[in-house]
Amino acid sequence: MKLSGSQILIECLRKENVKVVFAYPGGVNLPIFDVLYDEKEIEVILCRHEQGGTHMAEGYARVTGRPGVVLVTSGPGATNTVTAIADAYMDSTPLVVLTGQVPTQSIGNDAFQEADVVGITRPCTKYNILVKDVNDLAKAVKEAFYIATSGRPGPVLVDLPKDVVLAKTEFKYPDKVYIRSYSPNYKGNKWQIKQAAESIMKARRPVIYAGGGVLASGASQELLDLAEGMQVPVTQTLMGLGGFPGTHPLSLGMLGMHGTYWANMSIHHSDLIIAVGSRFDDRVTGRVADFAPGAKIIHIDIDPTSIHKVIKADIPIVGDVKVILSGLNQILKFSENGQSGKNQAWLSQISDWRKEHPLAYDQGDKIIKPQYVIERIYEATRGKAIVSTDVGQHQMWVAQYYKFDRPRTFPNSGGLGTMGYGLPAAIGAQKAFPDDLVFCVAGDGSIVMNIQEMATAVSYNLPVKIAVINNKYLGMVRQWQELFYDRRYSSSYLGDGPDFVKLAEAFGAVGLRAKEIGEVDQVLQEALAVKGPVMMDFQVDEEENCYPMVPAGAAIHEMVFSDPEEAEPKKQGEKEQKKADGVLTA
Amino acid sequence: MQHIISVLVENKFGALSRISGLFSGRGFNIETLSVGPTLDPSVSMMTIVTEGEDRIIEQITKQLNKLVDVIKVVDLIEKAYVERETALIKVNARPEDRAEALRVADIFRANIVDSSPNTYTIEITGDVNKVEAIINLLRPLGIKELIRTGRIAIAREEVKIAAVRGNLDRRVLSGQAK
Ligand SMILES: Cc1ncc(C[n+]2csc(CCOP(=O)(O)OP(=O)(O)O)c2C)c(N)n1
Repeated sequence: MKLSGSQILIECLRKENVKVVFAYPGGVNLPIFDVLYDEKEIEVILCRHEQGGTHMAEGYARVTGRPGVVLVTSGPGATNTVTAIADAYMDSTPLVVLTGQVPTQSIGNDAFQEADVVGITRPCTKYNILVKDVNDLAKAVKEAFYIATSGRPGPVLVDLPKDVVLAKTEFKYPDKVYIRSYSPNYKGNKWQIKQAAESIMKARRPVIYAGGGVLASGASQELLDLAEGMQVPVTQTLMGLGGFPGTHPLSLGMLGMHGTYWANMSIHHSDLIIAVGSRFDDRVTGRVADFAPGAKIIHIDIDPTSIHKVIKADIPIVGDVKVILSGLNQILKFSENGQSGKNQAWLSQISDWRKEHPLAYDQGDKIIKPQYVIERIYEATRGKAIVSTDVGQHQMWVAQYYKFDRPRTFPNSGGLGTMGYGLPAAIGAQKAFPDDLVFCVAGDGSIVMNIQEMATAVSYNLPVKIAVINNKYLGMVRQWQELFYDRRYSSSYLGDGPDFVKLAEAFGAVGLRAKEIGEVDQVLQEALAVKGPVMMDFQVDEEENCYPMVPAGAAIHEMVFSDPEEAEPKKQGEKEQKKADGVLTA
Repeated sequence: MQHIISVLVENKFGALSRISGLFSGRGFNIETLSVGPTLDPSVSMMTIVTEGEDRIIEQITKQLNKLVDVIKVVDLIEKAYVERETALIKVNARPEDRAEALRVADIFRANIVDSSPNTYTIEITGDVNKVEAIINLLRPLGIKELIRTGRIAIAREEVKIAAVRGNLDRRVLSGQAK
């Protein structure tokens, strides 16, 4: 029996076990929506903006580890997904983005709602393809899922011209994918793994620096075994949080620009860094020339381009983190070497650093400190929630104060730093786990970037709890302006409004507000008691800064803690440089 | 230092722009790029001449390898290879210059592929030095137009291409990439 391209597409999605598609219709993809109308197994979530829908798919993928699927129309529908696709690309999030396209005979004619979306997304997809013939469709979709989820995961876009989804052919779903030019290496080199094991046994001041690759490959248990077995402390990147229990005694928390003092000091003074599924982002390394001067570096990553890109590795191992760590653990387990005591001095040095500069803030008795809100959310959810964030100070405070114990519970935008990510990602996560408690911690700037998705949350009754950390500023920008631009707050003051309580109500959700410290717990408890979506407006100290901080251009042990004057560059010449860095990296 | 990178790539639409886009997007430089189908028409071979420090070249080869359509990447600079470039040079050939133009073409064993009352079009094929040399000698006559193909290069027979990818990977894996 012959099927239409639309039917074939949906059959492919069923075969890939897709349960949810985040979608928005338009002229050229109507044939697909028409098939979806009768579809029972695949639920369609109608987003309110294609960027939001694509972030939802990201949130879904981040908490499940399975690819998020997006379906949008051509032209503006497709271009609206680009920011979120770029976001997924930077954070190695598996997505399959299905875009409608004008009929093949109109392509290139500036037809109504035509955009060269394959061209536009080429630099920010792992792969993309325009399907020109219905006979190629099933294979293209199969390959899209395979490429999105294998190796280093990422977004794949399939562009579907209207005539192709209308045309009919026999449906044959390939059961295997063979792409001669694409074969990720999972195994890792045995000899290098052995070398790594030897270095770990010899090291006296080792640190594991774990990134998102630990989550992508599902290697948390192997990481825990390695850390506990060898008594190696673990610091994590923003993307890696949750990959190692945040409450574990060997956990150092996050490292880098807003990392903990003790994590950064450990890296700086270590003699061996075991980088696992992390890519030495500039937010982590600080000034590269002075990064971990005394350390030998083992770098484990599935993506060979990550290795030697920023930091030269002494023992590079290309392969899947889970496979390699379990290989490593095997060797270490069978080694005669009695390990337990050897890192003792190091661990106690680290606990001294921990005491020297703990994470701290001054909570007075009236004005709410943003960090306090995060701590109370942690308490109220007993650390068990999935927490998405937007981008800014609040994101860093969540990373610092919410101790993620489980993998895949902290969807947030790391690599691209996309404001507007948090709410839709929370919706996607809630869709994936309807019974879990899902929080979105957002800034008053970020939340309005995709605020329209409140409507999605309400219409599907997805009970996300949104905590707006309302400081009336684009806080992170204000902080940089305070520190590096003589407090010239150019275009960073948002002022009052919108009225988030009324806004929530306008969308049909519940709105709550806390203005004083005593109201925080009360608001949280009320929010938790509500079955549907809630937006909480926490009016916090407007000028609180996020510390500790490695100023741009400094090495990671050169942290500042609270006094803004300390962050002033020492020499006048440096100041200009830092300004330049600031412009480039803010 | 200059590198000549051979890229074996699926002959699919979009593959070329993916590769050139990789260079522009990451700020790598392309000096010349030439491309054409191989014996197997489903595959094209590209020759890319680029310049950069070892670290950059390592990134270029690894990033190219990472592209889904790329089958094989070889940096020929590390191998024995043969390279050629073709140029078509349209040069003034007024009656008084003709003898000189012919003489230069003859020295370089170049061909006159077109002539008109006032011009010769000279075809030259050779390594890059040879092409540069004839251009310099013809320059005094007045070059009206010049077009070059960019370099193509092929590894000498003893280097088995199949082994090369292995070498490259091992080099990368063992951290010895130069
Ligand atoms: C789409 C986008 N535009 C601009 C930026 C630059 N940026 C980074 S943080 C920030 C401020 C965020 O403010 P807010 O959401 O209020 O959070 P806060 O820092 O106050 O917690 C801005 C503008 C960005 N990351 N993303």
